[in-house]
Amino acid sequence: MPFIPHTEQEIAEMLQAIGVDNINALFEEIPSHLLAGELAGIPEGMTEMEISRLMHARASQHPQSICFLGAGAYEHHIPSAVWEITTRGEYYSAYTPYQAEASQGTLQLTYEYQSMMTAMTGMDVSNASLYDGASALAEAVLMAVRGNRKSKSRKILVPTTVHPAYRKTTHTIVRGQHIELCEVAYDATSGVVSLDAIKQRAEAEGGDVTAVVIQQPNFFGNLESVDEITDWAHEHDILVIAVVNPLTLAILQSPGEWGATGADIACGDGQPLGAPLSAGGPYYGFICCKQELVRQMPGRIVGRTVDLDGKTGFVLTLQAREQHIRRSKATSNICTNQGLVVTASTIHMSILGARGLENAASACHANTVSLVAQLSAVKGVDCAFNSPYFHEAVLKLSKPASEVLAALADRNILGGYDLSMSYPELGSAILVCATEMRTEEEIGAYAKALAEVIA
Amino acid sequence: MSEIPSELMYTKSHEWVRLESDGTATIGITDHAQELLGDLVFVELPEVGSDLAAGDACCVVESVKAASDVYMPITGEIIEVNDMLVDEPETINDSAFDDGWLFRVQPSSEVEFDDLLDADTYEAEIAD
Amino acid sequence: MLIFEHSRTGRKGAPQSPKQKASVADIPASFLRKERAALPEVSEMQAVRHFTRLSQKNFSIDTHFYPLGSCTMKYNPRACNKLAMLPGFLSRHPMAPEAQSQGFLACMYELQSMLSNVTGMAAFSLAPMAGAQGEFAGVAMIEAYHRSRGDDARKEILLPNSAHGTNPATATMCGFSVREIPSLENGDVDIEALKKAVGPQTAGFMLTNPSTLGVFERQIETIAKIVHGAGGLLYYDGANLNAILGKIRPGDMGFDVIHSNLHKTFSTPHGGGGPGAGAVGVAERLKPFLPLPVVTKEGENYRWMTEKDLPDTIGSLSAFMGNAGVLLRAYVYMRMLGREGMVRVAEFATLNANYMMAEAKRRGFELAIPDRRASHEFIITLKNEARDLHVSAMDFAKRLLDLGYHAPTTYFPLLVPECLLIEPTETEAKEALDGFMAALEQIREEAKINADLVKGAPYTLPVKRLDDVRAARQLDLAWKASPAE
Repeated sequence: MPFIPHTEQEIAEMLQAIGVDNINALFEEIPSHLLAGELAGIPEGMTEMEISRLMHARASQHPQSICFLGAGAYEHHIPSAVWEITTRGEYYSAYTPYQAEASQGTLQLTYEYQSMMTAMTGMDVSNASLYDGASALAEAVLMAVRGNRKSKSRKILVPTTVHPAYRKTTHTIVRGQHIELCEVAYDATSGVVSLDAIKQRAEAEGGDVTAVVIQQPNFFGNLESVDEITDWAHEHDILVIAVVNPLTLAILQSPGEWGATGADIACGDGQPLGAPLSAGGPYYGFICCKQELVRQMPGRIVGRTVDLDGKTGFVLTLQAREQHIRRSKATSNICTNQGLVVTASTIHMSILGARGLENAASACHANTVSLVAQLSAVKGVDCAFNSPYFHEAVLKLSKPASEVLAALADRNILGGYDLSMSYPELGSAILVCATEMRTEEEIGAYAKALAEVIA
Repeated sequence: MSEIPSELMYTKSHEWVRLESDGTATIGITDHAQELLGDLVFVELPEVGSDLAAGDACCVVESVKAASDVYMPITGEIIEVNDMLVDEPETINDSAFDDGWLFRVQPSSEVEFDDLLDADTYEAEIAD
Repeated sequence: MLIFEHSRTGRKGAPQSPKQKASVADIPASFLRKERAALPEVSEMQAVRHFTRLSQKNFSIDTHFYPLGSCTMKYNPRACNKLAMLPGFLSRHPMAPEAQSQGFLACMYELQSMLSNVTGMAAFSLAPMAGAQGEFAGVAMIEAYHRSRGDDARKEILLPNSAHGTNPATATMCGFSVREIPSLENGDVDIEALKKAVGPQTAGFMLTNPSTLGVFERQIETIAKIVHGAGGLLYYDGANLNAILGKIRPGDMGFDVIHSNLHKTFSTPHGGGGPGAGAVGVAERLKPFLPLPVVTKEGENYRWMTEKDLPDTIGSLSAFMGNAGVLLRAYVYMRMLGREGMVRVAEFATLNANYMMAEAKRRGFELAIPDRRASHEFIITLKNEARDLHVSAMDFAKRLLDLGYHAPTTYFPLLVPECLLIEPTETEAKEALDGFMAALEQIREEAKINADLVKGAPYTLPVKRLDDVRAARQLDLAWKASPAE
């Protein structure tokens, strides 16, 4: 059931104008023995009514569980207005704003987004978005290697408290350019990486290190000593890449405030600012940097300028960095980004404002404190670390995590993230999270269910 | 056709070289090159002290619609760069052969200038 | 006016915040932010009004004919959006247990298999989040394949000189050097040049077919033979898949790996720049290297494949499952099209392009490649108008905006001077095509009488022509509460 408007009459007129008898004649340049036969693997087309019935059935196969799962994707409240406006056709069905005069809506919105992200991160410059947080870290690493001219090693220190999926993705993307990701182990008691461990790894690598990555809060939810690591790195001409959850920046120190002079690059996933969980995407990656690195920035950037009459307007700028001009020497191959999700996020940030985000972030923290207190009171459940945390925390369990989580799932509770695959040294451990969406009743229900399951 | 100073030497990739009395060489891009590129918006200069071989990409000039590498016309060490271009890249558009110079080189001892083109040859080159 | 300029200190949106004020007093002060971020403080209604009004400054498919070559701006059916945003999909956590995700996984599995079938490839991964990331995955698989065979000398990727900029940028990201192969006047690859270029250093050849010049590469079987004969692999850039969907399959042409831009061919929205999805398909020999995750079916159950299933995978490209919501939209679209519908997409996209090309010729415009059939797009060169009337392709593009049409792609491919690359897509009715061609003709007439009129366009949009030189020289990339001068 394709969306094709042509009448028989029009088809005949068009064929006549072209000078052929039938549509197949238009494919005469294709060697005939290569033409495809029937597409046996593709079902018959469906009407909207039929596909609608099918998709409702598929969606209803997913039970509505109470979510205590975070680990990089968080269930937050999104004002109804956000996606109502975002899915207006003028945003939804527009292309990349290459014709600036006909794209002032998207361009101005993107400029406003860049302004909001620089305000949140305390950095000078933001781009118009990357794909997601994990691939944004990869781009940040590539950017640091280009930007740190004092270092020749192409070695990046990456604590294991950085999201495991981010580390994997970064490895996939940067390995072709002979960049080495050097792991730094975390402290078993505190669940954060110590400056000493970072120093030792740097020395083991011969001293020349290009950049260090710090995630704040780290994957375990714990708060890293970002100030002392940043200052040490800068004393040694090492760039600092901050991986941050933008919602937590309503409360936590911005990367621009880390140490004496701030991180050099800040990146992360924008999902907590207005993107629904949506099975993993689309979210968006953000990347911000100090002014001196702006020409190393990947992807699109919008700038404010004037038109022929001197009236304010917006354009894509610094395009000579990008693949369509610079080709094999571009800062990145990125072209399409996550514009529509950025649209949602910009509206989300505008409606909530800094205070609204602060309230949401505080509620996340308070709920998680309550969750941790109630769960760790259960026999067979203990806190893994003794550091301050934000809205996630690690709990050790006396039974295998996979069994416990499966039993909770049967009670429609998504109890957390099983850490045993990525962190076998922790034994049976889970990462839990309670956002502002969780109620005291739900937290209580989780504690009760966990007590039953683990008994 | 813009004027092509006869006292300079040229490359096919549109760099010019002026041999100074102290034995150093000043390098820039030609007026023809800046015309092709259009309004320049950024210049990435090489680092002073770097040793580069003839043919190495050493510098980038950017306009809104294009970015172009500048290649070392001769082998040598970068001894000075035209810092003014960082803030005023349009100087190259206004004065490609003079105020818009890019950098100065101390040529290595065995440098040959024979590979460079004279003004007439360069003019014929770009006339195609 | 910027959203920041609507801001008043202390204005807030109470309905959107939790009722109870929560404390963060237990977090040591050294970790806390010193100063509140300078976000706008506006009412919900002000925000709604501001962003609604901004939206009205955009051209979009829903409002305008948008014949942007190589971008496939077709109608984005609303059903795709609505059904992908059902609560059962929207509220699903990416790491929810597989047992609670069977509906979603079934869609992904069937999408993989439909893509494999319509492109003639052995298997598909939906992981890449855009065309460029699909290219990255494809070229990384080529690298992994050669490395797995100990064939380490293959360090070069070949491309036609008409290639999209992402192709060389991707090859560089994957650690390859790039060599360009010239195209002939008729748009085909220069076979003799290709023969000379291939060798033991050749890792692969990246090709778009139909090419960015808007013609089908007739020598594709010869090309495949040459590249394979030299030990290289053949990469299909799916940017132009809409032209041949269901008519001829890249797998049957001899391609080893392809990416498909689902936001082009399968009509997921472009969203003002994204998100896209760049699913990658492979021939049998590249299956072990597919990026994760991939969905598989065991009995009646679907599950994710992991490194245990695919130990030689090039790895993952995102934290979770790529752009899952985009994939759902593509799935809905493909199910609606069905077997017959897919073929009709290619047929009518091609009919529309060839009709416009015939009309362009009739109205006296010069075609870049006059003696060939157009694929789903074709190129007009305005070099004569530029020479005689002193109006450029860019001037035509800007004037088209005044006349209510989004401009075609300008100045790409780079090989053709003063070009317009025009792609109408199958969803446009004949009257839109006629209207557009009449507008082009009108502009040429205007230019004959008063070139300045065309050069000064646009006049009817929210802004006149913008100063992009100033934008690049005096960078203003973010609004600041107190402008730093």
